[in-house]
Amino acid sequence: MTDWQDHLIVVPVVLPLIAAASMLLLKEQRYGLKAMISLCCLIALVGVAFVLLHEASVGGPAGDDTARIYNLGSWSAPFGITLVADRLSTLMLALTATLAAGGLLFAFARWDRAGPRFHALYLLLIMGVNGAVLTGDLFNLFVFFEVMLAASYGLLLHGSGERRVRAGLGYVAINLTASLFFLIGVSLIYGVTGALNMADIADRIATIPSQDRAMFHIGCAILGVAFLVKAAAWPLGFWLPGAYAAASAPVAAVFAILSKVGVYVIIRLSTLLFGAEAGASTGFGDLWLLSAGVATVVFGAAGMVASRRLEQAAGYAVMVSSGTVLAIAGTASPDALGGALFYMAASTLAAGALFLIAEILARGEDQAVSPEDAVFDDEYDDPFAADDVHEVGRILPASTAFLGGAFILAGLVTVSLPPLAGFAGKLSIFVALLSGDGVLSGASWTLVGVLTLSSFAALIALTRFGVAGFWRREDAAPHKVRSPEFLAIGGLVLCCLWLSIGAAAGLTYGEKTGEWLASPRTYINEVLGAGS
Amino acid sequence: MELVLALGIGVLTAAGVWLLLRPRTFQVIIGLSLLGYAVNLFIFAMGRLRSGSPPVLRGEGHVDPAAYADPVPQALVLTAIVISFALTALFLVVLLTSRGITGSDHIDGREPGE
Repeated sequence: MTDWQDHLIVVPVVLPLIAAASMLLLKEQRYGLKAMISLCCLIALVGVAFVLLHEASVGGPAGDDTARIYNLGSWSAPFGITLVADRLSTLMLALTATLAAGGLLFAFARWDRAGPRFHALYLLLIMGVNGAVLTGDLFNLFVFFEVMLAASYGLLLHGSGERRVRAGLGYVAINLTASLFFLIGVSLIYGVTGALNMADIADRIATIPSQDRAMFHIGCAILGVAFLVKAAAWPLGFWLPGAYAAASAPVAAVFAILSKVGVYVIIRLSTLLFGAEAGASTGFGDLWLLSAGVATVVFGAAGMVASRRLEQAAGYAVMVSSGTVLAIAGTASPDALGGALFYMAASTLAAGALFLIAEILARGEDQAVSPEDAVFDDEYDDPFAADDVHEVGRILPASTAFLGGAFILAGLVTVSLPPLAGFAGKLSIFVALLSGDGVLSGASWTLVGVLTLSSFAALIALTRFGVAGFWRREDAAPHKVRSPEFLAIGGLVLCCLWLSIGAAAGLTYGEKTGEWLASPRTYINEVLGAGS
Repeated sequence: MELVLALGIGVLTAAGVWLLLRPRTFQVIIGLSLLGYAVNLFIFAMGRLRSGSPPVLRGEGHVDPAAYADPVPQALVLTAIVISFALTALFLVVLLTSRGITGSDHIDGREPGE
C-alpha cells in the first residue's frame, strides 16, 4: 500500500462525521441535497470497506492476511489510540456499509422527511459503528459505542408517536445501564493490567499474578454483560423486539447491525484475550457464551412463532442470528466460527430486508393505531381504476410479485434453507461442529439440534406471515412500492443472492478469518510493533 | 480514606439500583445519575488512591513515576462524566416527551390498574 492508502483506514470514521457535521449547516428543507450527500458518503464507504477487506485478506508480506494499523496522531500503540483493520473488522465495515446503503435508499421514499435531522443522525450512527469495529482500544471503544447509541436514541424516536417514545424510554434506560457496566469492566481491567489497548492487554494476560487473575476475570465478565445486553443475548435481550418493531423501517433495518456490533466485540475480545496464549485464562467464559447463545436461539425462535407482526418476527430473527454466532463463539472452534461469520453476514442482510418488507406490508393495515398516519395520508389510495379490479385472472401486480419474491428469498436466508447463503453458513457450522476434535460432543449435538429446530420454527413463522401478507383477496389494493423502496429491498436481496452464488469464496474468507482469530499473535505483534 | 471511598461508592450504587428499579421515570433518571457517580468514583479508585501526588509530571529529564498519581483513570473519568451528562440530558428529553404524550410519568406510559 502506498502512503495515501494507509489513511483509508480512518476514512470510515472521518467521512460520515464530516458529512453529518456539514449537514447541520444546511436548512432542514433541503432534503434533496442532504440525500445526495448521504448517498455519496455511503457509496464511498462501501468502496472503502471492500478495499480494506481485500487488503486485510491479501495485504500481508507473503500475500496472506494481516492487520493494518493506523496510529491516530502518530502516537504508537500502547500510548495512543490505534485503529486496526483486520479480517473481522473489515468484514463488519463492509456489512455495515451495505446494510446502511439499503436502509438509506429505502428512507428516500419518505422516511427521511418524517422528522428532523434524519440524515445527520443516520451518518453519525454509521460513524459510531465503524469506529467501534475499527478501534483497538477499550476506552475508545466505549466512546464510539456511546456515539453509536446516542445516534440510535435519536433514530429510534424518528417519526415520533407514542409507541416510539415508550419504546425509546426503555431502550435508553437499558443502554445507559449497560454503558455503566461497560465502564466498570474497563476500569477493573485497567486496574489489574494497567493497559487499555486490547493487544497490550492480550500481551500481558499470561503475566497477571495469580491473586489478581480473579479480579481480571470479574472485569471481563462485567464487560461481557455490557456487550451481551447490546447483542440481545437471553436473558438480557428482552428490550430488542419491542424497540426494533417500534422503530421506523429503515432505522430498524440498520439497527440489525447494532446487535452484531455487540457480537463482534465479544468475538474480538474472547479470541484475543482468552486464546491459547492466555495461560490460566484460556477459554474463560466459553461455556457461558455457549449457554447464553443456545438460550437466545431458543427464545428467539419461540418469539418468532409467537409474533403477530412481521417486524416483530424480524426482531426475533435478529436475536436468533446473534444467539447462533454467540453460541459458536463459545465453542472456540475456528472452523465453526468461520461458518458463523458467513451466516451472520447473510442473516443480517436478510433481517434488514425483512424489516423493510414488513413496513410495506403493514401499510394500510390497522391505520387507526398506526403512528405514521398523519404523515402518510396520501399512501392508501387505490391506484387501480374500479372497473378492472374484479377481472378474473387479473395479472399479478408487479409490486406484489416483487415483494413476494423478495420475501421468499430473504425468508430462505433467515430460515437457512437451501440453496441460499444462510444454508451454506449453517451447513459449514454443522460440519465443523461434528468433525471437530476439541469440541465437547454433547454440546455440539445440542447446538446442532437447537439450530435445526430454530430453523424449523422460523420456517413456520415466516410461512404464516407470507400467507397472511401475500395471499390476498383479489379486490385488495396491490402493495404500492416506490422506486427507492424497490431499489433498497431489491439491493439487499441481491446481496443475499450474491453471497449465495459466491458462497465458496465467502466461506473460505470466513474460515480464514476463524483461523486468523484463533492465532492472535500476528494481530498483537502488528499493533504493538507498529511505529517502533 | 479507602473505607470512606468504598462506603461512598457502595451507598451511591445501592441507592442508584433501588431508584432504577422504581416505576416512575423521575426516579429512574435520578437512579441512573447516582449509578453514574458511583461508577465515576470507581474508575477513579482503579488508579489507586494517593494523596498529595499530582497526576502531571513536572521538571526536566528523568522523573520518578512513583511520586505521581496515575493520570489515565482521571482522564477516563473526565470523558465518562461528559458522556453520561450528555446522555442523561437526552434521556430527560425523552422522559419529558413521554410524560407529555402519555400524560403519565409511569415508565409504562400508563398508571397501574388503568
